[in-house]
Amino acid sequence: MPSSTKLTKQPPLAIRGLSVAYQKKPVLRDVSFEIGDGELVGVIGPNGAGKSTLIKAALGLIPKLTGEVAVYGKPCAEQRKLIGYVPQRESVDWDFPTNALDVVMMGRYGRLGWFRRPGAKEKAIALECLAKVGMADYANRQISQLSGGQQQRVFLARALAQDASLYVMDEPFAGVDAATEKAIINLLQELKREGKTVMVVHHDLATVKEYFDSVLLLNVEVQAYGKTEDAFTQENLQRTYGGRFAFLNRHAESADTAAAAEGRG
Amino acid sequence: MTDFWILLTGSLVAACCSILGCFLVLRRMSLIGDAISHSVLPGIVIAFMVSGSRDSIVMLLGASVLGLVTVFLIQLFQQSGVQADASIGVVFTALFAAGVVLVSLNLRNVDLDLDCVLYGEIAHVHWNTWTLHGADMGPKAVWMLGFTLLVIVLVIGLFFKQFKLCAFDPMLAAAVGIPVALFHYLLMGLVSMATVSSFESVGAILVVGMLIIPASAAYLLTDRLGRMILISVAIGIASTVLGYFAAVVLDASIAGCMVCAAALLFVLAFVFSPTHGLLARRLWRRLHSRSV
Repeated sequence: MPSSTKLTKQPPLAIRGLSVAYQKKPVLRDVSFEIGDGELVGVIGPNGAGKSTLIKAALGLIPKLTGEVAVYGKPCAEQRKLIGYVPQRESVDWDFPTNALDVVMMGRYGRLGWFRRPGAKEKAIALECLAKVGMADYANRQISQLSGGQQQRVFLARALAQDASLYVMDEPFAGVDAATEKAIINLLQELKREGKTVMVVHHDLATVKEYFDSVLLLNVEVQAYGKTEDAFTQENLQRTYGGRFAFLNRHAESADTAAAAEGRG
Repeated sequence: MTDFWILLTGSLVAACCSILGCFLVLRRMSLIGDAISHSVLPGIVIAFMVSGSRDSIVMLLGASVLGLVTVFLIQLFQQSGVQADASIGVVFTALFAAGVVLVSLNLRNVDLDLDCVLYGEIAHVHWNTWTLHGADMGPKAVWMLGFTLLVIVLVIGLFFKQFKLCAFDPMLAAAVGIPVALFHYLLMGLVSMATVSSFESVGAILVVGMLIIPASAAYLLTDRLGRMILISVAIGIASTVLGYFAAVVLDASIAGCMVCAAALLFVLAFVFSPTHGLLARRLWRRLHSRSV
């Protein structure tokens, strides 16, 4: 029997029977899962498994064939203010004429309504969020002059500025430097301490156990979902990645032995 | 007085187009303006057939509707898997051709000259004036363009943050609940309106030129969107003035000279821009390589 608090509290994200297709080709088939409050969830799977599609469909950004998405028990269109979204870094044009502070302020636009303009309050919030990702010194830097990792941190700061309860991040670790990876991890831990729920599309199998409470293995269908120690098994990975996993596995092992050898030498 | 009216008309066209051009250039949709300026022809003809008048407001309405149809069709083809540039090309040439057929079928005996609809001449602006209660209020084109500019400034001014976010990151815009499609069509509606109210008086080449060139030059000169729009308008007006006097001296096409002047200013920006210019980049590279 669930306790009474569990009954009143709706899960941050509940997806039931979600299917998505691009021009008749199914990208997601009958995906169902539920994320618990305050969890840090990793979504992993091979390229083309539909990880980004899952995020976009869950947020109502692309049409779905069937299925239901509930954010804290309601359709996500009614819960926009509770969701913070970090798109893939490559999805925008970094030559756009604007600076880091301005991009972070965009995170506040959803709360400003139709006509209000961003002002001193939004600027203060944006500066604070930039400071949280260690980018305070770059506030006035044109965004094309930032490194890939710095751009990713600006995106994270923007999501922080959305001041959400559920954060959804699409490959935040892709192609970033070590400093940024560390900054992101610290940020995820802090969000967790604040009781926020975070779902992250992730590609690096080596760090899954270290970073996430739960893990969703996806390849068009949900292959496995559960606590990381239960779901992140050789067998499930094999099923998710198919033949490619053997290669990945060998690659990881040889990298480990190489690192070990280096450590010895 | 003729000089004044021509310069004012040209400047109004430049202002309307260079504001909207910034958003088109940033969204990599520069050629949409070109497409719209051609595909509105059937709209103009149908509006004329239905109303039987050459009243500018009716024409403007018909053309604006066709402008939106154009954008909708382009979008539709793109979503169904046709390449972006091909779908633009297919839609606007087909609609333009349909317009030509309509003209040749219906309007042989009527005074709706293709040249006069699509290739208006800015030098004739001051002849077509608007009379109100017997008083001469100045050229019709100036009023029409002034109204268009007012609408553009109001709409872009009110919804600046939405237009900016939709241009930079439409995914986030949708995620925070901004109706991205609405603002897309609003922008395209404004482009249609600017296109139509301009080319009746000044010709298509000036419109298309002013939509793309000043904004592209401004893009090279600044790192802020607000400033980019102001610089774009300044470049547009400067090329109007420069072009007009060049045309007087050379006794050449006024609209042609204005667009050439804009192109000249673009080349100057391309070479001498302090941040993105050819010289600046080369200099920076040389300094950098020396310090390494």
